[in-house]
Amino acid sequence: MDSLIYFVLASVTVGGALGVVFGRSPIASLLFMIASLGSTAGIYVMLEAHFLAAIQIIVYAGAIMVLFLFVIMLLNLGHDYKRDIRGGLAILFGFGVTGGIGGLLASRVMPEGTAALLTSYPPEVSIDTEIAEKGIIGIIAEPLFNEYLVAFEFTGVLLFVAIVGALALAKRSD
Amino acid sequence: MLPIQVLFLSAIIFVIGTLGVIVRRNAIIMFLCIELQLNAVNMAFVALSRYVGIEGQLFVFFVMTVAAAEAAVGLAIIISIFRHYESVITDDFSFLRW
Repeated sequence: MDSLIYFVLASVTVGGALGVVFGRSPIASLLFMIASLGSTAGIYVMLEAHFLAAIQIIVYAGAIMVLFLFVIMLLNLGHDYKRDIRGGLAILFGFGVTGGIGGLLASRVMPEGTAALLTSYPPEVSIDTEIAEKGIIGIIAEPLFNEYLVAFEFTGVLLFVAIVGALALAKRSD
Repeated sequence: MLPIQVLFLSAIIFVIGTLGVIVRRNAIIMFLCIELQLNAVNMAFVALSRYVGIEGQLFVFFVMTVAAAEAAVGLAIIISIFRHYESVITDDFSFLRW
C-alpha cells in the first residue's frame, strides 16, 4: 500500500516537472509546477517530515508560486503561446548535458553506493523515536533556536535585503 | 519505503529542471525550472535526514527561505527588463550576458 501511494505521488511529481518544461503557456507551466510541489509535500509526509510538508504547501505552493502568477499576469503573458523551446544544436547540447548529469547521479545513487550509508546508519537509529518524544515541530525548533540561531537571524536579514532590493529594482526610475 | 527510491526521484527531477533551464527561452520558465532543481535537492535532504539526523530538514527550511528571496529579486529583475524591452524571451536582450 505504501509503495503504491509512493508510486502515484512520484509519477505526479515527474509528470508535473515534465509539464513545467514542455508546457505551452507560462500559466500552464505554473499550474504543473504547483501539482509537482503538492505531490512532493505528500512524499515529505511519507518520510515523516510533516512540518516541512506543511511549509512546502503554505510557503512554496502558496506564496512563491502566487508571486510568479502575479508577475505572469502583470506582464500579460497568459496568452503568449509563442514557441520558445530551443531547437537544433541547443536541444542536442541540452540533452547531452542532462544525460551526463543524470548518468552521474544514477551511478552515485545505485544500491552499492548507498549500501554503506544504510549499514552505518541502520533504520533502527532513525529519528522516528526522537519525533515521537519531542513532537513534529519541537524536533525542528529545538536545534533551530539553539545551535543554528545565528543562521536563522541572518536568514531574516537576507529576506529584508531581498525585499528592499526587489522594491529598488522594480520601482520606476522616471 | 527506502530513501533510495526518493533519491532516484530527486535525481530525475533535478535532471528535468536542468533540461528546462537549457532548453527554454522564456525567462520566467527558466526561473521555474531553477525552483524545480532546488526542490529536487530538498527532496534528497529530507530522504536522508530520516537516517542521518534532523539537520537535513533544517537545511531544507533555509533553502526554502533563500528560494523565496531569490524569487522576489529575480522577478523584480524580469519586470524591469520587460519594461525596457517588452519581452521576457532571453534572445531579445543581451546586457546580462558576457
